[in-house]
Amino acid sequence: MYVAVKGGEAAINNAHRLLADRRRGDRSLPSMTIEQIVEQLGLAVDRVMAEASLYDRSLAALAARQSRGDLIEAIFLLRAYRTTLPRFGMSVPLDTARMQVERRVSATYKDLPGGQLLGPTFDYTHRLLDPSLLEDQPVDEPARRPAPDEEVMRVSDILAHEGLIEGDGSFPEEHEAGDLTREPMEFPMPRDLRLQALARGDEGFLLALGYSTQRGYGRNHPFVGEIRIGEVEVEMDMPELGFAVSLGRIRVTECQMVNQFKGSAKAPPQFTRGYGLVFGQSERKAMAMSLVDRALRAQELGEDIIAPAQDEEFVISHSDNVQATGFVEHLKLPHYVDFQAELALVRRMRGDIEKARTQDDDMQEAAE
Amino acid sequence: MTAVREPALRPEQAARQRAAGLLAKATIAELKAAWDGLPQKPAAKPVRGPETGLVMVRGRIGGGGAPFNLGEATVTRATVLLPSGTAGHAQALGTSKEKVRLAAVFDALWQEEATQNWVEAELLAPVEDRLAAEDRQKAEETAATRVDFFTMVRGED
Repeated sequence: MYVAVKGGEAAINNAHRLLADRRRGDRSLPSMTIEQIVEQLGLAVDRVMAEASLYDRSLAALAARQSRGDLIEAIFLLRAYRTTLPRFGMSVPLDTARMQVERRVSATYKDLPGGQLLGPTFDYTHRLLDPSLLEDQPVDEPARRPAPDEEVMRVSDILAHEGLIEGDGSFPEEHEAGDLTREPMEFPMPRDLRLQALARGDEGFLLALGYSTQRGYGRNHPFVGEIRIGEVEVEMDMPELGFAVSLGRIRVTECQMVNQFKGSAKAPPQFTRGYGLVFGQSERKAMAMSLVDRALRAQELGEDIIAPAQDEEFVISHSDNVQATGFVEHLKLPHYVDFQAELALVRRMRGDIEKARTQDDDMQEAAE
Repeated sequence: MTAVREPALRPEQAARQRAAGLLAKATIAELKAAWDGLPQKPAAKPVRGPETGLVMVRGRIGGGGAPFNLGEATVTRATVLLPSGTAGHAQALGTSKEKVRLAAVFDALWQEEATQNWVEAELLAPVEDRLAAEDRQKAEETAATRVDFFTMVRGED
């Protein structure tokens, strides 16, 4: 029997009206603009873009505002929006070597072409709350120094000269990059698909997994070969023109993790690599991604799969916070009938046990 | 299906590529100002769009290896036709339809001999200068955060 229950409509309407009120908050305060969110909460905007897998700063800021700052809700909104748009095509792969670098550090080489460029980093701050930000104090313009006309060389290219590090990661010529948004997930999964999943994966989840590899659950001896943040051109081939044109620039964060590797039956001793590439400025995410990318290459490199971070199906199936939140949060929706059925079942089981116990007691009393 | 860039574009292709890239990076304010300053405003007919969609942005494994799908970006594109019969195309990141429609009009005007110099002088060159100045400023601000290592000499020599 199926019984439809109605009656939530007025409550839902009023709940949404209340939500709109609470979102706006105290009306005596000015409302935040999208531009303010983009400019002043830029890293929250970046996180929404990265995990929604959609680069658009204004829309990500709108989503963050609409969600009252609940970033997973904002990611959900942006993911839902993307399904309403047609796809025009694919970009030419980004050339991160030609990035306009805003930050670049290496933990493996002190003096390297292009130098260590700290950029706008939280590193080396004392993590003390700054009372000057309670008010709207004027802020100094950044310091400037003539920029040398020196190429900011990739660290992986430096190491490659010695032949002690593996290459960038290739597939046979005929391999086409898979697309998670178009094809159902299947395991085992090639590295290109894994990277797509990790690039949109939940930062907290990947951070915890990356951390677990450092603590010994699938240890892989990482060094940050290089982190670079900056803008790259997005180019697309134009069939009507016969060549690629720029659509503009996006900011990305790239992490090249270099891992010591003592060799296995499949590969000689060398440095292996994990790769992280993320929309926006997010080096924590890019670093975590590269640690997990490397851990997930265990099978390819002939390592024992002993830790959660090396388990491809476990990691990739649980990395998406929109899927995760959907399944966890659906538990709060009405399960009245399921629960009534379970309640009846538990009552019956309890009744059976109690009846059996009374009979046992009766028999014992009779025997005494 | 790796997009291999043409080894060398012919000069007129390279010029068109530069113009398209600058039109994509022009702000709506720059495009509107150029339109307002245009001595003769053509009645451009929309052929396609302006329409907003997605482009799948690809990266390369390890930075230079096999391509993978990084995530999508919003893109708006438009094609217009001038009364003279010249078609203009434009495409740019973001969702601004008005910006891209104007960019398509200027793409068409740039292709016409009579207006090319005007578009170059009044729109493309100023946009190029602004971009170069912004890039220089950013590069200089970043350069000021470069670490100058020095060695501390300790003890007796």
